[in-house]
Amino acid sequence: MQSKKERAKIGRERLQRIIEMCKAVEERSLDPFLVDVDEIIKVVREFFPDWEHPEDLCLDAEAINRLASVIKLQSEWVKHRSTTLYTDPFLLEEKIKSLNREALVEAFLGAWHPIVELEQISLHSLKEALTYWESLPPLKDRWKDFPPPEETGGVASREELLRLKILRDKAFTEELENFWNELKRLVAEKGEDGKIKYWDFVGAETYEETVHRAFLTSFLVTYGYATLEVYPLEEEIFIKPFEKQQRRIGKKQLVSLPIAITREEWEKWRKRAEAK
Amino acid sequence: MSKRKAVYASKIKRAVHMLFYRRHKKPGVKGWELRKALGADYPKVLSILDEYLKPLDLQVKTVFEEGEKPHSEKPTPEELDKARFYITLRGDLTPKEAKMIGWRIDDLAGLAITIAYIISKKGKAPRKEIEELLREKLPGWKASLNIDRYIRYGYLSQDENEQLYLDWRTRAEVDQKMLMDLILSK
Repeated sequence: MQSKKERAKIGRERLQRIIEMCKAVEERSLDPFLVDVDEIIKVVREFFPDWEHPEDLCLDAEAINRLASVIKLQSEWVKHRSTTLYTDPFLLEEKIKSLNREALVEAFLGAWHPIVELEQISLHSLKEALTYWESLPPLKDRWKDFPPPEETGGVASREELLRLKILRDKAFTEELENFWNELKRLVAEKGEDGKIKYWDFVGAETYEETVHRAFLTSFLVTYGYATLEVYPLEEEIFIKPFEKQQRRIGKKQLVSLPIAITREEWEKWRKRAEAK
Repeated sequence: MSKRKAVYASKIKRAVHMLFYRRHKKPGVKGWELRKALGADYPKVLSILDEYLKPLDLQVKTVFEEGEKPHSEKPTPEELDKARFYITLRGDLTPKEAKMIGWRIDDLAGLAITIAYIISKKGKAPRKEIEELLREKLPGWKASLNIDRYIRYGYLSQDENEQLYLDWRTRAEVDQKMLMDLILSK
């Protein structure tokens, strides 16, 4: 003898199966007559007295609703078969496959009556356009509030770029390799499992220096001197140097990883570093 | 010219402006718009216009809401108000003319296959099935592109389950029964 709980569980499963089946018929254009409506109604009726909770009643209502949609599809199916438009899809498919494109086009042109439409301007829109033009203030009146254009850019000298710290007085490759050696040294001293926390590596005394280190780090990763390991759940990023520069082999897609180096983040890192 | 004739001549002109020039995103004019502009006797104005267009191989085409046929032989004023009216070609185009209006023979054949298949599937078919069918005659990459094009033009519509349906332009331009008969009789 089944307990009430077990019976309810079986009933829920059966309703769920009915809903899934009806949904499949609706969404995948399957033959609606695959659904045995009498059998489903029997099942729904059998379990209906067992439902006490609102969720079970909702499930029951959904099953009935889905079944109603299938019955509607059955009715449409019968209606379609009785019309002159009915053609067996398999027959048509075979016919389409056997016809060449010229024959298909010829058949289509016999049944196609394209719409005639013109998109030229009408008198009404011409009148509207004239009214708009008349009420439009002259350009000199409309633009007078705009600020004067900024000075156009010139050419910066190497000295200027050095002064602005955009360029360093050292070859870039040499600087990058020194930076790579620094990373390897820091990993050996402070790192774990051959890697170090990203911020512990790029973080510096000043914010400007930190940005510069992050900039160089991005080149270390792009040029195959190091790699990043990201742990999204822990919100931690590690940098791991390679012993030798890695060349990109195969067609593996490279992924860009944006890392924000904001002043707030830098300040937070500074406080943490000082506390240590 | 009698006053009555002059009134109809003016209404016909107005109807021509409304029907030939595109007023909305989609071409065609709704029945209620015509009633508002031409008066309650707009069906009569359209039938006179249709007679005028006959020698030019054009016609006034009435498409009832969602492709439904009116309940009786003579549509009710309500059914006409909800219907959409277009000017379409009365006769057929030759393949050469179809090319001249920007259709490649491959694309037209694909459209014919797609519409016929959807009709045979009671007005709705999965996109995947149609793509497979089109691949029999078109290169694979073109099958999907063509379906997107038919959707863009308004011949087909697609729902979130990737089911394709016939859309407003098919209802306005294609004689569905004739298409099926012509394909099956080939």
